Amino acid sequence: MTDAPLLDVKGLNVTFPTRDGGIFHAVRDLGFTLGRERLGIVGESGSGKSMTGRAILRLVRPPGKVIADHINLEGQNLLDLSERDMRKVRGQRISMVMQDPKFSLNPVMTVGNQIVEAYRLHASVSKKQAKQKALEMLEAVAIRDPERVFRAYPHEMSGGMGQRIMIAMMLVPDPEILIADEPTSALDVSVQGDVLRIMDKLVKERGMGLIFISHDLNLVSAFCDRILIMYAGRVVETCEAGKLHEATHPYTRGLLNSLPRLDEPRERLDVLQRDPSWSA
Amino acid sequence: MSAAIETRELNVWFGKGRDRVDAVRDANLIVPQGTSHGIVGESGSGKSTILRALVGLVPTVSGEMIIEGTSVTTPRNGAFYKTVQMVFQDPYASLHPRHSVDQVLNETLKLHGFGDREDRVLQLLKDVGLGEAFRFRFPHQLSGGQRQRVAIARALAPQPDILLLDEPTSALDVSVQAEILNLLVDLRAERSLTYVMVSHDLAVVAHLCGEVSVMQNGVIVETLPVEKLRRLEADHDYTKHLLKASADTGHA
Repeated sequence: MTDAPLLDVKGLNVTFPTRDGGIFHAVRDLGFTLGRERLGIVGESGSGKSMTGRAILRLVRPPGKVIADHINLEGQNLLDLSERDMRKVRGQRISMVMQDPKFSLNPVMTVGNQIVEAYRLHASVSKKQAKQKALEMLEAVAIRDPERVFRAYPHEMSGGMGQRIMIAMMLVPDPEILIADEPTSALDVSVQGDVLRIMDKLVKERGMGLIFISHDLNLVSAFCDRILIMYAGRVVETCEAGKLHEATHPYTRGLLNSLPRLDEPRERLDVLQRDPSWSA
Repeated sequence: MSAAIETRELNVWFGKGRDRVDAVRDANLIVPQGTSHGIVGESGSGKSTILRALVGLVPTVSGEMIIEGTSVTTPRNGAFYKTVQMVFQDPYASLHPRHSVDQVLNETLKLHGFGDREDRVLQLLKDVGLGEAFRFRFPHQLSGGQRQRVAIARALAPQPDILLLDEPTSALDVSVQAEILNLLVDLRAERSLTYVMVSHDLAVVAHLCGEVSVMQNGVIVETLPVEKLRRLEADHDYTKHLLKASADTGHA
């Protein structure tokens, strides 16, 4: 199915200057291609997984620097675009769902108006049509009473609803790629499953590409097709999600073994021994 | 064997009149000495509120709380805090940003009237696996796992019998979580501590605890031994739902 990749990233580096005049490499020589599939990026805090998502959308703020051979979106190198053209890419062609809906929704604007605004920025439709579309979207993310939610403010929503609203808002301009950065980490386990199922269904129906960024190895392996495992800014291993337990890199093994399991009680958990050569 | 912690018909509420929310309703818990008890449930189910009520952080409480055979007094006295200590979820928020590790531990020891504080600070650091080098660091110079170790050292300072753990690892990476869980297992063995741990992660609770209570909307719907949980043999529908949700997201 992955004939021509939607997104092709090669030689991506993100660097920040440090106070003592050095350079900190947040992402090093990262490359991957994304088709119409679900790609997971897993790593611990500071591994560069979120920076990768931001770099694709050119959202790394100075003094941070993004250098890459190319970041091609269907053949178009995003690095060559002007800031003005880039704004047309964000939201319309690649959109992003962040971790905590509390911080990504505007607290003083109703949910409905925010979705309508997101839609009308990218499509020239009347207010009435936009409202219709927004209500359809809210229904698509399994919100029971879309009319009421449309008029509600974000603080009246639970975390799970907030995140579904974010997903609705991000999908309303029909992007080709959705980058989801820890979309369910702020949610309860029982709600996580629901939100993921909804996201999965919409992504599949629309034939979108999904980049799913998470620290949770199990979650990603249950949900994605392919996984990149990042350590200190590098991809240390790429594997099929179903074959995660066959992973060979010591870091991946270490992460897997450090998780307590419900079905296999153990007296002590394995502690990850970090090897400096992994990041070299 | 007497119970380390017992609650009888514990009720906790917030607000009053129309705005009253019953956060915990008629909770009965018995945690025998030297065992570990887990409380699981989703956000807002009242699991953390039980811990906060035990240590006296919530004033609006009814029912009885018995620690090692004695009913607690409100406000709690010094002896209570020598017996019961708590570790909070977020190590970034629970340490004073402008107090060094040494100040944090020294102050706690002083409040509890210990004399040989110099030796005790060093011993505490050693017990939680930090070593002397960390003694004069500030919280921002520590990683999340190291901070949680400091928080645990502070809780251990008064030599308590009981530790209340409120999601002690949910803000940490999985590899660091493993280190902290191992530390908690070791400390329990060395000091024959009693734990009550709150978490939303069934596997984490099952790792540390022998018995687990499941909470929903402020009510303990089921208390079951961890072996039953591991065999996925829950009686209550909500527990089954939690187990399924946990399996769906790859956490079985």
